[in-house]
Parts: sequence; C-alpha cells; structure tokens
Amino acid sequence: MSKVLIIAEHDGAALNLSTAKCVACASELPDAEISVGVFAENGEALAAEAATLAGVSQVIRVDNAANANLLAAMLAPQITALADGYSHIFGPSTTFGKDLMPRVAALLGVNQISDVMTVLGSHSFKRPTYAGNAIVTVEAPADKTVVATVRNASYRAVAADGSAAVETTSVDAELPDHTRFVELKAGKSDRPDLQTATTVVSGGRALGSAEKFEIIYKLADAMSAGVGASRAAVDAGYVPNEMQVGQTGKIIAPDLYVAIGISGAIQHLTGIKDAGTIVAINKDADAPIFEVADIGLVGDLFSIVPELEAAISQ
Amino acid sequence: MEKILVGLKRVVDSNIRVRVKSDGSGVETEGVKMSINPFDEIALEEALRIRERGDASEVIVVSIGGTETQQQLRTGLAMGADRAIQVEIDHAADPLTCARILLALVNKENPGLVMLGKQAIDNDNNQTGQMLAALWARPQATFASAVVIEGTAVTVTREVDMGLETIEVDLPAVVTTDLRLNEPRYVKLPDIMKAKKKPLEQIPFADLDVEVATEIKETNFEPPLERQRGVIVDDVAGLVAALKDKGLL
Ligand SMILES: Cc1cc2nc3c(=O)[nH]c(=O)nc-3n(C[C@H](O)[C@H](O)[C@H](O)COP(=O)(O)OP(=O)(O)OC[C@H]3O[C@@H](n4cnc5c(N)ncnc54)[C@H](O)[C@@H]3O)c2cc1C
Ligand SMILES: Nc1ncnc2c1ncn2[C@@H]1O[C@H](COP(=O)(O)O)[C@@H](O)[C@H]1O
Repeated sequence: MSKVLIIAEHDGAALNLSTAKCVACASELPDAEISVGVFAENGEALAAEAATLAGVSQVIRVDNAANANLLAAMLAPQITALADGYSHIFGPSTTFGKDLMPRVAALLGVNQISDVMTVLGSHSFKRPTYAGNAIVTVEAPADKTVVATVRNASYRAVAADGSAAVETTSVDAELPDHTRFVELKAGKSDRPDLQTATTVVSGGRALGSAEKFEIIYKLADAMSAGVGASRAAVDAGYVPNEMQVGQTGKIIAPDLYVAIGISGAIQHLTGIKDAGTIVAINKDADAPIFEVADIGLVGDLFSIVPELEAAISQ
Repeated sequence: MEKILVGLKRVVDSNIRVRVKSDGSGVETEGVKMSINPFDEIALEEALRIRERGDASEVIVVSIGGTETQQQLRTGLAMGADRAIQVEIDHAADPLTCARILLALVNKENPGLVMLGKQAIDNDNNQTGQMLAALWARPQATFASAVVIEGTAVTVTREVDMGLETIEVDLPAVVTTDLRLNEPRYVKLPDIMKAKKKPLEQIPFADLDVEVATEIKETNFEPPLERQRGVIVDDVAGLVAALKDKGLL
C-alpha cells in the first residue's frame, strides 16, 4: 500500500489548485491512502476545503503562528516530525513546493524526485529533464520514503466532492528563528490566473514597451484569457516576473495558447508543451514557434492584434 | 563576512538542443559545448559584486566532477574568483550527495554565504541549495532576484509564483539565484591569463568522509512527444475561422 502525505499549498484563505493536482497524481499510486497536511496559522477553513478533495481519506491540520507565511525553514521540521509511517510525501512543483520539499527530503536523508509527470508504479515515475527535451524514467529506492514534487501541468485537479476526516494535531519540532518574512508584493489582477486559465495570451520582446504591451491585455480581455510573457518581455520590464512562461517561469497547460511576438526558444516551449492548441503570431515565417504552432499567422503583430481583438469583440 | 562559497556545475550549454541517445541510455554529450550552469554564473557574479562592495573578502568557486570541470573553474577564476576547489568524483553526483560534499567544504572553510544556482539546467532538479541549508541547519533564500547584505543578515527578494517575496535571513546562509539577479560580466583575455596563476585545489571525494546517498536511478531516456507543425492561415479572418472550427472561440 502507498501511504501518501501531501503538503497543501495555500495563501492562508484558500487552497492553491496545485494541491488538488497533487492528489490527482497520488491517486495513481497503487493502493493509495492519501492524507493532506495543512500547515497554517489558522487552518480551519483550509482543512475543511482539503477534506472535500476526492480521494483524500484524512486531513491533518497543524496550526502554528510560525506557519503564517509558509517558510521552508519552518515547515520542513514539522513535516519531518509527521513523516513517520508515510511511504510517500508529495508537494507541488510550484515555487512553494520547490523551495520546501528538498529541505524535507534532506532532513529525511533521501534524494527527491522533481516534477513527476507520470506515475508508473509505487517507486517508478517519469519526469522531464534538459528543459523538457528528454523524459527520464526514474526508480526510487524501495526501502526509503519517496519525496517528490508534482508537475502541475501534467494533472487535472480532482473534484471537490469528497468528505475526509479532519484531525487537528500539534507537532513537536524545534523551529528556527533565523528566517523572517518581510513582505509579498503580488501583482493584483482581475484576469484569470495564468496557471489555471483555459486560454492564455502571451507577448514577447517584440511588444517593445510596457505601454505597447497593453494591446496584449486588451486581446486577452476580449478572449477572457490569462496573460503570460516570454522571459525577454519580463527582463525588459514590460511585465512583472510572475507572468513569465517557460523553463524558469510557469509551466502551463491551457486549452488555447496564443504566442505573440515570441520566437519560440526551447526554454519558452518547455512551458507550453502541454497546451491544447498553440497559435503563433510572428512576422518571421522562420521563427521556431511555427514548428510547434497548430495555427500560425505571419505578419506584424501591431496590425494583427487590434484587428483580431475587434473581430472577437464583435 | 570573510568568505563566499559558490557552486559551479559543468553542464551542456543552454543554447544546445540536446538529443536523446537512440538506446535510451542518456542524452548525446559527445562533442557538445559545455558551459558553467547559467544560474551558477549569476551566483558567482553576485558573490563578486558583494566582495567588490567590501562585504566579503574572498570568493571561492567549487565544482564537483571530473578533471574536465576545471575548465569551468578556470572560467570562474577568470571572472574574478580568488581560488577554486575541484572535488574529484568520477560519476555525476546526485543532489543529496552534492549537498553533503558542499557541507563538508562549508565545515572546512566556514563561509558566511553559500551561493548556488536555483537549478542545474541538465537535470533540472532544483534541490541542492535547499538540501545543503537543511543539513547545515541554516537559512535558505531560494530564487533570489535581489540580495542585500546588512551586517549579520541578508535581505533577499525571491521570485515566487505570486510575485516577489522578501525575506530576511541570518548569516551564514544559502542563497540560490534566479535569472534576473544580475547580468554576469564578460571574461577578458588578460583575466584568462591571470586566472592560470590562481590556486585550484583538487580534493579527492574519498578524502571528505562523505557518505554517498542512495540515488534515484535513471533507467531510461526518451524524447518528448513532439508537437506537429500545423497550418498557416493568411489573415485574421482565417485565424478566427480556424479557432471557431476547433471550438475555441
Ligand atoms: C537558463 C535559461 C532559462 C530560460 N528560461 C526562460 C523561460 O522560462 N521563459 C522564456 O520565455 N525564456 C526563457 N529563457 C530565454 C529564452 O532563451 C529566449 O531568450 C526568450 O524566450 C526570448 O524571448 P522572445 O521570444 O520574447 O524574444 P525574441 O527571441 O527576441 O523573439 C522576438 C520575436 O518577435 C518577432 N517580432 C518582432 N517584431 C514583431 C512584430 N512587429 N510583429 C510580429 N512579430 C515580431 C521576431 O520575429 C521574433 O521571433 C531562458 C534562457 C536561459 C538561458
Ligand atoms: N556537481 C556540482 N558541482 C558544483 N555545484 C553543483 C553541482 N551540482 C549542483 N551544484 C549546485 O547546485 C545548484 C542546483 O543544482 P540541482 O539541485 O542539481 O538543480 C547548481 O546550480 C549548482 O550551483
């Protein structure tokens, strides 16, 4: 049997969708019995939400003032204190999970499997390497806890129709005082979240400035889409960092991805491989983005995008 | 602080599109251009800037690998590192073993800061820094896009999914770098000549008294499912029609 502990990601008020995706991944393990660990300052509502995730049999709620900001140095000792008896400990392959899970793995004395995309067996998985240019099958040692992060784009969130039991516990772990949260600057946006939007419109270096990037937002609004960007557009300061799509940004899997003025570097393509349909708008007919685009349109984005927006808004 | 330790991993250059070997045993690396992991170059650049501001006195670059990694260490010395350490090991070390090796060096050198890349672009693991911090029982500040030393603490801005998070951690600490932290300097020819005279110490892995971790075995490599080239439409009307056709509009 696989006894799995999933570390919930949340913002204090609601679970991040990545948690339900971890549950989906864990459900593929043979004979999975799934617990979700909710570490928060006050996790009552969060634990109740986790209890509805289909396939979860138990929610473990650990309240602690030190859990207000989900710092890895605080969480890792609490998770290791709970780890006994679990064959698997999973977290999402988001910046939260990437920061936290290796710290947990090291405390448990094991290597971690990063970015699980397929479960082949209780100790056998597939994951991408080399910016997604190779898929590798990995075998974790059978006699040790499997610590892994789950690649978000590979799983669909489980339904919220379950009703697991919630157990509130306190853990006995010494927490350090060497790490202090200062602030989180989060871009406010009424647009659909980049990581969960069914349609995403992205702009690249070709946009030329933050002002000119506005046409991307306008098109996105006409399509009720989330907005992304290439690294070049972020580096140039047209948009904030959380909009970056790619190997070192967000890996997304929308039904429709529209790449505008983006050349299609491998690091960018890594982030959109799982998209349903890719549309590319680029003035260079030889741009690599056209090699992966389902629908391509060659031309000047500054005339195409307003025309497309008008056509859709009609 | 006195010392900053920087990890430099030798990896396939980021401009190379790697190919999986037909027998599934790995990826083609023969004759392929190798470079310093781009994130590590950024880590080194940041360490050099900290030293140049007077907040540290020595920058030590470390690479774990075979003799060939000395190339990357020499480049690091040419960029401005003061000395280099090659931990000689004849096979690729897994992240936990790397973290244990780095911990052994930390115990020898007592650095105030260890700067690593957030991930190696070959295995894309994103683990070593966090593991080192755990084993060392010290703070970690991962995915850094700004690093400010303030006496015995460092304030780090981190690139997270939600935006930019700032944390303050006491030194010594581990910082891992994101791409926007800085732009690494170019190496000039005279620097390459000077680097040849800088000390490069080789430490056999066996001398460090480090236990090898049980690795995650990589049993097969395969190419990803390739997406197919689609259709090119002539104009916006064609694009709208194609999207409607697929039920996407
Ligand atoms: C370690 C590493 C990690 C990286 N991670 C990422 C990542 O996560 N995400 C990412 O995106 N990149 C990443 N990169 C960077 C990547 O290699 C590319 O540099 C980047 O994606 C290029 O962005 P771009 O396509 O916007 O710019 P460019 O490559 O400059 O392309 C601009 C495109 O716009 C087209 N264009 C110009 N003007 C017009 C116009 N008027 N109308 C229509 N088309 C026009 C051009 O033909 C060109 O194809 C990474 C690089 C490294 C080394
Ligand atoms: N063999 C190595 N030699 C030196 N540094 C390494 C090595 N492996 C990993 N590192 C450091 O750890 C970081 C993260 O690597 P990884 O956890 O493998 O993604 C890298 O960016 C390096 O700074």
